[in-house]
Amino acid sequence: MSTASLSGVRESGAFGPFGGQFAPETLMPALSELEDAWEAAQTDPAFRAELDELLRNYVGRQTPLTLAPRLSERLGGAQIWLKREDLAHTGAHKINNAIGQVLLARRMGKPRIIAETGAGQHGVATATACARFGIECIVYMGAEDVRRQALNVFRMNLLGAEVVPVESGARTLKDAINEAIRDWVTNVRTTHYLIGSAIGPHPYPMIVRELQSCIGREARDQMVEQIGRLPDAAVACVGGGSNAIGLFHPLVDDPVQLIGVEAAGEGLNARHAATLTGGSPGVLHGTRTYVLQDVDGQITEAHSISAGLDYPGVGPEHAWLMQTERAEYVSITDDEALDGLKLLSETEGIIPALETAHAIAYAAKIAPTMSQDQHILIGLSGRGDKDVEIVRDALAQRGG
Amino acid sequence: MTHTGTNSAHNPGATLGARYRQAFDAAESGGDTLVFPFLTAGFPTPEETPELIRAALRGGAAGLEIGVPFSDPIADGPVHQTAYTQALAAGASLDTALDAVRAAREFAPDAPLTLMGYLNPFLAVGATNVADATDQALADPPGAAVGEPLAPLARMAADAGVDGMIIVDLPVEESDAARDVLAEHGISLIYLLAPTSTPRRIATVADKASGFIYLVSLTGVTGAREQVAADFEQFVGRVRALTDTPLAVGFGISRRQHVVEVGKLVPAAIIGSALTNTIASAPADGRVAAVEHYLEVVTGRRSEETSA
Ligand SMILES: Cc1ncc(COP(=O)(O)O)c(C=O)c1O
Repeated sequence: MSTASLSGVRESGAFGPFGGQFAPETLMPALSELEDAWEAAQTDPAFRAELDELLRNYVGRQTPLTLAPRLSERLGGAQIWLKREDLAHTGAHKINNAIGQVLLARRMGKPRIIAETGAGQHGVATATACARFGIECIVYMGAEDVRRQALNVFRMNLLGAEVVPVESGARTLKDAINEAIRDWVTNVRTTHYLIGSAIGPHPYPMIVRELQSCIGREARDQMVEQIGRLPDAAVACVGGGSNAIGLFHPLVDDPVQLIGVEAAGEGLNARHAATLTGGSPGVLHGTRTYVLQDVDGQITEAHSISAGLDYPGVGPEHAWLMQTERAEYVSITDDEALDGLKLLSETEGIIPALETAHAIAYAAKIAPTMSQDQHILIGLSGRGDKDVEIVRDALAQRGG
Repeated sequence: MTHTGTNSAHNPGATLGARYRQAFDAAESGGDTLVFPFLTAGFPTPEETPELIRAALRGGAAGLEIGVPFSDPIADGPVHQTAYTQALAAGASLDTALDAVRAAREFAPDAPLTLMGYLNPFLAVGATNVADATDQALADPPGAAVGEPLAPLARMAADAGVDGMIIVDLPVEESDAARDVLAEHGISLIYLLAPTSTPRRIATVADKASGFIYLVSLTGVTGAREQVAADFEQFVGRVRALTDTPLAVGFGISRRQHVVEVGKLVPAAIIGSALTNTIASAPADGRVAAVEHYLEVVTGRRSEETSA
């Protein structure tokens, strides 16, 4: 049906009919420079060694794989395993990508790094990696997210980054990306755009996937080590899709069910951020993928209680995995995510990020339908410290 | 072939680039530098657009770029972002732009008219339900996948009188299918080149271009600037060495003096944000006069002194 293999990206950066490079002319040379730098880095043992050393001794990899006995028992079905990206430095998987791309920017001799952030996790990860190497860091953040995630703004400032609130559009992640791209168009010769998810024009989706694939590679080995086989299903939340593709990619050729969980917000018939389950093909931020749009092709505003999932696009490889039916995409509402967050907190003593809570909530739906000798692997993409205020307010509003 | 009728789909290729050629030939054989103003369809309201367009043509515009507003204009500065947002809020759509084209075509039968915008709203016209898509369409790589869905738009645009289309986020790498579909309807795909474009990219664009090539004068987003970028002359030289396709320059041009300056290097200048600013700052009942006056000044029909 297509020449693109399921596990590999073609030279053109296509995932079947998705992906590609739909970027303004000014950026095209920078994208090929990035592609070349990435190829060279891949084959350079020194780059690999430096990245591995940082992942081990700075990020804290490998991260544990934790059995969730009380949660599994409560659900009364499949055994649940958690891949603990919440224990990585800065508290989420975002650091894997940030460290890798900062190393890449240094190779390219770019003295300035820009990033967008939604929840602030990617901004914090980027600010952290830049501080580690003494690189100038500017983070674009929707003004609404600046308000929702005030603590992360302060963290970025502590790390020496400049946070620029973006006032256009819905003043969330999409608008922050627009502004970051505009900065890049203007300062492309000196600046690396450190994109935070598996989105954007080629080669970004491929680079981010490779840098996040440590999640799936480690989890795969750890499952085999601990139970002697692979899980029956792997579940991860999908905003742009970086933690999910990082978990899925090393499992894509295995007999493991892959399930991406999007944010259904207030419900699929109301405001939501479920791009794959509720959107249609289009072109946004340099890539052909699924987007939320109106009949005129204007991008519509996404909504989710979790800022990190509040994006009307999705990584193109997920669109391809959905079309080929290799992965399945489902959605979880704000309310269900809150329940998922409470459930994991109470049963395992782990407060997940609101993003991650979507994956928990879906696993909690399917686990009871499975048998006790089956296993679900959840990508625990981040910890919930950043969200406690929002969660407190939301729980108060709905009465617990 | 007709110069005054529409670019009918029934004579593919026959009129491709004809109006551009005519206009650029005149400029290159000693005529005035062409000024192509950019107007956002629907800004400040869809109702005003046709009259503003006629005002620009009366004021001396040699042709027009008509912008289709988009929610996420990644290559535009604050002036156009605001104009797009305002236009969309006022109900603007692709139809507003096509109405504008029809108004311009009626008023100026020979003026080259260019539709400019971002890919997604153009694709939406021909979007098929995913469930109805053919296996072939599902297997096409991304560049090919954005070709066929442009066909309905190309037909409508050609019927309205469009000569060319600029698609800001469709670089040459992904453009082959789109270019062919547009050409079938007599519409040139207008490519952009930037100061960052490599010789290889310039050569590729030169090979595929028709109509004209749009030179982005600077490394940046749209917006009026005080001065023309210092390295522009060198950039023109690099492109000129590789192609005979007519060149136009845009991004940052706002004054008569800029037009005169770049006019020594290329036959056409595109003016966007400065005109949008002019419209935005004029009183509601003075917008038409302001546009006409501004065009008279930048085209040199009226001296700058009287513009205050
Ligand atoms: C903890 C956590 N999980 C998931 C996401 C969503 O991003 P992605 O889909 O790229 O993994 C974010 C984004 O901020 C996040 O902070």
